[in-house]
Amino acid sequence: MPKAAYVLGRMSKASASLPAVFRHWFESRGWAPRKHQLELLKKARGGTSVLLVAPTGAGKTLAGFLPSLVELAERGGKGREKRALHTLYISPLKALATDVARNLETPVQEMGLPIRVETRTGDTPAHKRARQIERPPDILLTTPEQLALLLAHREARELFKDLRRVVLDELHSLVTSKRGDLLSLGLARLFAVAPQLTAVGLSATVREPDDLRRYLAPQREGADNLADLVVVQGGARPDIRMMELDERLPLAGHTASLSMPAIYDLIRRHRTTLVFVNTRLQAEYTFQELWKLNDDSLPIALHHGSLDVSQRRRVEEAMIAGKLKAVVCTATLDLGIDWGDVDLVVNVGAPKGASRIMQRIGRSNHRMDEPSKAYLVPANRFEILECRAALDAVHEAAQDTPDARVGALDVLCQHILGMACADPFRLEELYEEIRSAAPYANLAWEDFEAAVAFVATGGYALRAYERFAKIVKGNDGLWRVRDARVAQQYRLNVGTIVESTMIKVRVGSKPRARPGTVLPRGRILGEIEEYFAETLTPGDTFLFAGEVLRFEGIHEDEVIATRTSAGTEPKIPAYDGGKFPLSTFLAARVRELLADPFEWDRLPPQMTEWLLQQRRRSVVPGPRDLLVETFPRQNRFYMTCFPFEGRPAHQTLGMLLTRRLERAGLKPLGFVANDYGLAVYASGDIAARAARRPDFMDELFSEDMLGDDLEDWLAESALMKRTFRQCAVIAGLIERRFPGQEKTGRQVTVSTDLVYDVLRKHEPDHVLLRAARADAATGLLDVRRLGMLLQRIRGRIIHKPLDRVSPLSVSVMLEIGRERVYSDNADEILAEAEAALLDEALA
Amino acid sequence: MTALLKNKQTTCEIGLSGLAAVLDLTGAMYVPEHDALLVADLHFEKGSSFARRGMMLPPYDTRETLNALSEAVLRYDPRTVVALGDSFHDIGGPDRLGDEERATLAKVQSGRDWVWVTGNHDRILPESIGGEVVEEMELGPLTLRHEPMEGARAEIAGHLHPVGKVVMRGRSTRRRCFLTDGARCVMPALGAYAGGLNACDAAFKPLFPNGFTAHLIGTERIFAIAKAMLCRD
Repeated sequence: MPKAAYVLGRMSKASASLPAVFRHWFESRGWAPRKHQLELLKKARGGTSVLLVAPTGAGKTLAGFLPSLVELAERGGKGREKRALHTLYISPLKALATDVARNLETPVQEMGLPIRVETRTGDTPAHKRARQIERPPDILLTTPEQLALLLAHREARELFKDLRRVVLDELHSLVTSKRGDLLSLGLARLFAVAPQLTAVGLSATVREPDDLRRYLAPQREGADNLADLVVVQGGARPDIRMMELDERLPLAGHTASLSMPAIYDLIRRHRTTLVFVNTRLQAEYTFQELWKLNDDSLPIALHHGSLDVSQRRRVEEAMIAGKLKAVVCTATLDLGIDWGDVDLVVNVGAPKGASRIMQRIGRSNHRMDEPSKAYLVPANRFEILECRAALDAVHEAAQDTPDARVGALDVLCQHILGMACADPFRLEELYEEIRSAAPYANLAWEDFEAAVAFVATGGYALRAYERFAKIVKGNDGLWRVRDARVAQQYRLNVGTIVESTMIKVRVGSKPRARPGTVLPRGRILGEIEEYFAETLTPGDTFLFAGEVLRFEGIHEDEVIATRTSAGTEPKIPAYDGGKFPLSTFLAARVRELLADPFEWDRLPPQMTEWLLQQRRRSVVPGPRDLLVETFPRQNRFYMTCFPFEGRPAHQTLGMLLTRRLERAGLKPLGFVANDYGLAVYASGDIAARAARRPDFMDELFSEDMLGDDLEDWLAESALMKRTFRQCAVIAGLIERRFPGQEKTGRQVTVSTDLVYDVLRKHEPDHVLLRAARADAATGLLDVRRLGMLLQRIRGRIIHKPLDRVSPLSVSVMLEIGRERVYSDNADEILAEAEAALLDEALA
Repeated sequence: MTALLKNKQTTCEIGLSGLAAVLDLTGAMYVPEHDALLVADLHFEKGSSFARRGMMLPPYDTRETLNALSEAVLRYDPRTVVALGDSFHDIGGPDRLGDEERATLAKVQSGRDWVWVTGNHDRILPESIGGEVVEEMELGPLTLRHEPMEGARAEIAGHLHPVGKVVMRGRSTRRRCFLTDGARCVMPALGAYAGGLNACDAAFKPLFPNGFTAHLIGTERIFAIAKAMLCRD
């Protein structure tokens, strides 16, 4: 187990409940079991499920396994002739499962316990997988996807019928996504199959522990079933502060270039530092800048999800071995693997959410009784506000983890097919079982039926596919899969993670004999998103894997790039947004901070000065107000507003506002958005129109834009089509594409964009479109949050017509040119391209 | 630019080996001199073809394709209609045609000369679907066939499903298109589920050794785009 799982101390009386062999083992190491570890043992003996909420370093994992180890030890050699799976452990990361297996081996071996521990991941060889089902280990460590596959196995009932415990690690992170939905359905099946099962959830601190307690217990009609709760209070208060510089921070941008020397200095003065950033591109930039300063040649490494796996593994191993002074990383290192002796966390850029930042800070110092140490580094002035709000939240231990999910319909479809693969089912029984999963507790019978119909024949009103049905109802009233091929199809498509298409980056070599040619013969550095590769033209330079690369072209399925000479300035690509928008909670805090001049004293002087200027030139809005500013600039008319609701909601707002301005004849040209606000520009005079019609702004921002305007836009929105594609893959409408398979040609696959167009026209209420709309409410389009915003600002819009840009507006104006300009209007883009041809002809 | 956008004609005229041809927003082509309407790669019943293999695509693609076809036929009321191959997604396609779709097709065909050119997806077509079945045919100076032939000059073909992708200031769009160098033309696929092959693909190179202009089908009109403005996928 991680060394921090134990504390030195005398044996407490409570530990008398431990069998002698455990007591002796603890004593031999000079350790004592912790209170919550013993409490979980007690709960397990009482047969109750339990949620353990504890900070990092509290020995959560051992607490989760201790009851199983004790029970298995007590059982001893009895019943050895027919062994059954006793404990199942589910982790969000394959690497974490492997890590935990390794750590479990130590106590098992040292105590000489007759316990077999094994992992099952995508890497487990076929013969071992088959053997694991025939002769299961006592403890199996795996991932949600592997559990789904196991449950769809014909032997699943036999395999799991004696299961005693399921341990769900990092539960707070699992439940926030469709993976959590899938896992909840798997858990429901486990409870249905294994009568003696209890669940243990291990979680970081969350806002609503009851949501997680509900997730761990089977739900029944009319009763709120909760798992027991054990909370370990955090040890010392974290030592966290904002980095303050003498220099002025820029009004926009995310690179924090001014802070690099100070960050480097912190790295030098600490044992091991984790430098967290929000996006891959920021990681690349930060790493690059730190190396420029690295006169001491400190071992500083880079870690993010696009890097080649072998490269990532090397960094992780060096980290565990204590060979690194610092790692610049993205969310890929967010989760609970014990990375060794980290004594400082630096978070560069916006914290985005209070809980998120606290979990990151928890990565430093795995001894829970010592304070974690962290610095927040704002990259621009708005981020100063956000950091201040986050510091306040950490100080109050306020949490803003997201609401419990309503189970997604596409995941439900996938699960139903899996269950049909396992064994024939009766509709009513499966419905009851599914509703025992908390996210699906309120699933309507009609929705369930629609999902079953979808799995069978696509569930269309036009019943054209009856004879091709994938699952069929027999005369006995049971539903079965049609044949083994359907089951095979299920196995290939299981899971809820749909990756955006990635393209490999290979270093090209330049043969001396043939100057000017580049051969695709070098090493693969990792992968970049296809859409990013598309925006590059030969000769462009970009940051990747810590180097400045020159784009040479695309060869077959790979980007070919060459290394540039030292000192080349990369053409930094458009900021990648980051996956997480500013949380609603922090956004409200930022608005309050901004609105209250008495609070400004707590901000760095450069901020106060900036806000005072804003107050002189325009106005500083109240916490519930929406400030809209209009001003002319270089023959264009600008409108900016500051809702502070995160980039996805602002993008959607921008799309809808430009549609309305178009209809009003104001000729919008484009807009840009960031986490704090947006700027729309037009060739029509928006301010003049507002002056003529006093209600103009209220009408422009009225909630009815979420009606027809939204529907019209969704018809062509690229984001919506992306959302639909993910639902279509998860639900099993189309097969996943695997690397190498793309080449087999356009005939075997079909574009989901085309399917979307047809389905939308003929069956707008189809279950897949409903699934996609539910995703759009919170995901890439964040429609729900936009709705909350429009409601909040009703009657509270403050329009300030200005003759030039205000200090506040400058910040979002600076995004123009840096950001993509959004438009889904194909004809506008085409007209521009056509005009280029005419210009050429006339020149 | 705004003036260009306001120009709301749904068609675009080109010259093709001495013949005038009208490119239609549906993806069809009309040749006035012969009163003939050409369409390519309808891929009827692609949805049900996938359903046979367990991918239950919405079964409305044939309807959708027929709608586009009917629209073009109504607009020009041509004496002759030529479908340039891959009209059905597979050999069993005609048999799977729904009653309603079958009736619509018959209605569109009635009173006209209907020619099915065979393609690689539909080498055999049953008599029941009406019209004449040929491997290729002549239309004035032009040869009409499914798969474009390297070295051929005056030719109209389909098969490749060309699409053009345009990126302007970070915004991009990918649309079906006609490709032509003035002598030959590769037509876009009309089928609702027919995917596309990027016009920058190597497959087009031998067909247009001296380059081409792409006529991209927008939402409201057709746009002539220089080859240099097109991007790879």
